[in-house]
Amino acid sequence: MKKYTDTGKKDTRSGFGDGLTELGRKNPNVVALCADLVGSLKMQDFIDENPERFFQVGIAEANMIGIAAGLTIGGKIPFAGTFANFATGRVYDQIRQSVAYSGKNVKICASHSGVTLGEDGATHQILEDIGLMKMLPGMTVINTCDYNQTKAATLAIAEHEGPVYLRFGRPKVANFTPEDQNFEIGKAVNLYEGNDVTIIATGHLVWEAIQAAEKLSEKGISAEVINIHTIKPLDEETIIKSVKKTGCVVTAEEHNFLGGLGESVARTLAENNPAPQEFVATQDTFGESGTPEQLMDKYGLNAEAIIKATEKVLSRK
Amino acid sequence: MSDIQELKDFATQVRRDILRQVHKVNSGHPGGSLGCTEFFTALYKEVMHQNTDFDMNGKDEDLFFLSNGHISPVFYSVLARTGYFPVDELNTFRLINSRLQGHPTTHEGLPGIRIASGSLGQGMSVAIGAAEAKKLNKDKHLIFSLHGDGELQEGQNWEAIMYAAANKIDNLIATVDLNGQQIDGSTETVLPMGNLKKKFEAFGWDVIEIEDGNDIEQVIDGLKEAKTHTGKGKPVCILMTTVMGNGVDFMMHTHAWHGKAPNDEQLEKALAQNPETLGDY
Repeated sequence: MKKYTDTGKKDTRSGFGDGLTELGRKNPNVVALCADLVGSLKMQDFIDENPERFFQVGIAEANMIGIAAGLTIGGKIPFAGTFANFATGRVYDQIRQSVAYSGKNVKICASHSGVTLGEDGATHQILEDIGLMKMLPGMTVINTCDYNQTKAATLAIAEHEGPVYLRFGRPKVANFTPEDQNFEIGKAVNLYEGNDVTIIATGHLVWEAIQAAEKLSEKGISAEVINIHTIKPLDEETIIKSVKKTGCVVTAEEHNFLGGLGESVARTLAENNPAPQEFVATQDTFGESGTPEQLMDKYGLNAEAIIKATEKVLSRK
Repeated sequence: MSDIQELKDFATQVRRDILRQVHKVNSGHPGGSLGCTEFFTALYKEVMHQNTDFDMNGKDEDLFFLSNGHISPVFYSVLARTGYFPVDELNTFRLINSRLQGHPTTHEGLPGIRIASGSLGQGMSVAIGAAEAKKLNKDKHLIFSLHGDGELQEGQNWEAIMYAAANKIDNLIATVDLNGQQIDGSTETVLPMGNLKKKFEAFGWDVIEIEDGNDIEQVIDGLKEAKTHTGKGKPVCILMTTVMGNGVDFMMHTHAWHGKAPNDEQLEKALAQNPETLGDY
């Protein structure tokens, strides 16, 4: 069994910040906006190198989205950064009308998504953002799993014409994907080949899925693990092909089971290859204060939860 | 400068276009459209510098953003009659498969439209973004925008107003249509906004007033004066008083025609007050 190695824990938001800095050097049309969260979004290096291409809007996210839309008219590629909660729910209508419906090339860059934001609690922990963003026609939705992948995704979305929601997080997590990876929007990454069950994970749950697969292997269960970084457009072909082989699926995400990756997978399978599915996700609830680890444990978002879900889905085959 | 009579004739034809568009589909917003006819005429015929071929990025030309998108009939008429798309296409207003959606959109690729609007309060932010892009591109042309007075009740405007002054967006001329009306009644009864001039000034804007926004000469003078205030470190606001429904006696001074189309008889009466000048589509 292939071994994935954590090269040292890093936060995905730093992958965004470092990707943005690199973009600043190579693409003069890239501009950045922030709503009073520069430090949290790791945007300072970009600002230091390109002060004229950075727009500090203050605590005014609606205005930030509108300004970003306007900047595209003139050929700019705006990267608008704030916490996931304020980047989506707070400004849904601004994104809907001024960005998505208007077809503007805005990159909405959302840090601190999910419960791993931690101690600040539910007011700041959005678990509905993937659903909100994937329902918008024309919106690309990406949820990256580690530092390297977030950096690669940040670079890749600058080359993609159209609105993108890029979701990442706060805590330092395992960094295990290749540093020099070619990030292809809409293309799933196969991490393990297996025959008994397909585990499809996104974001912070990808590392947990790898841990789960290793432990399942010790129990004699062969799990296929797929890293879905792009929830929309979804790599349906890879999912269908895998589930045709394994006959059942577990989806894992740091998001409500309503509206998330799991539902997108369920719809794909319902249309093409119906199969038993278990959802590792939050169960229509808000989060709360706690450390990221405590919260992932309490809300059933870790390797242990994936193993349990796998055992359950296998019993339903 | 164009002959004033020529501009008045243009405005009269635009009024006919507005009335005929909304009448045909028995929907749309004639009141605010009629009130802003002179503004659009002045802007597109006399004040802005536009390139002949429409390009979304609009480099080396002035740009206009309509924030109160429901007055699409006047926008469409003026765009068509200044060459953005065939005048005959006004026949498709609000019909299925049309580029002339109820509220303006880029989605159907209608030339002249650079942003969707309709959900209120978003246009000033977009205009500021476009103004920032012009500055980055070292493009000296200006950004114009139009906003309803009732629309200023949306909080996003005040985020934008604060930002524009703080960041010296001095290549933006934002006009507020003070017609004093909104859907549920007058702005004074729905939600009084106090002294808008003082508010804009307190936020750090340069404010110009147009007392009669239905007098084409006053509108041209006001817009031209506003242009002389650009490039001086402050965003420029024009507070333009208009009469909703202007040019049709029974539609004036009331919010009743905000979103209501005339019937056959009312249309006939309204058109008689605005005789054909450039030819109906």
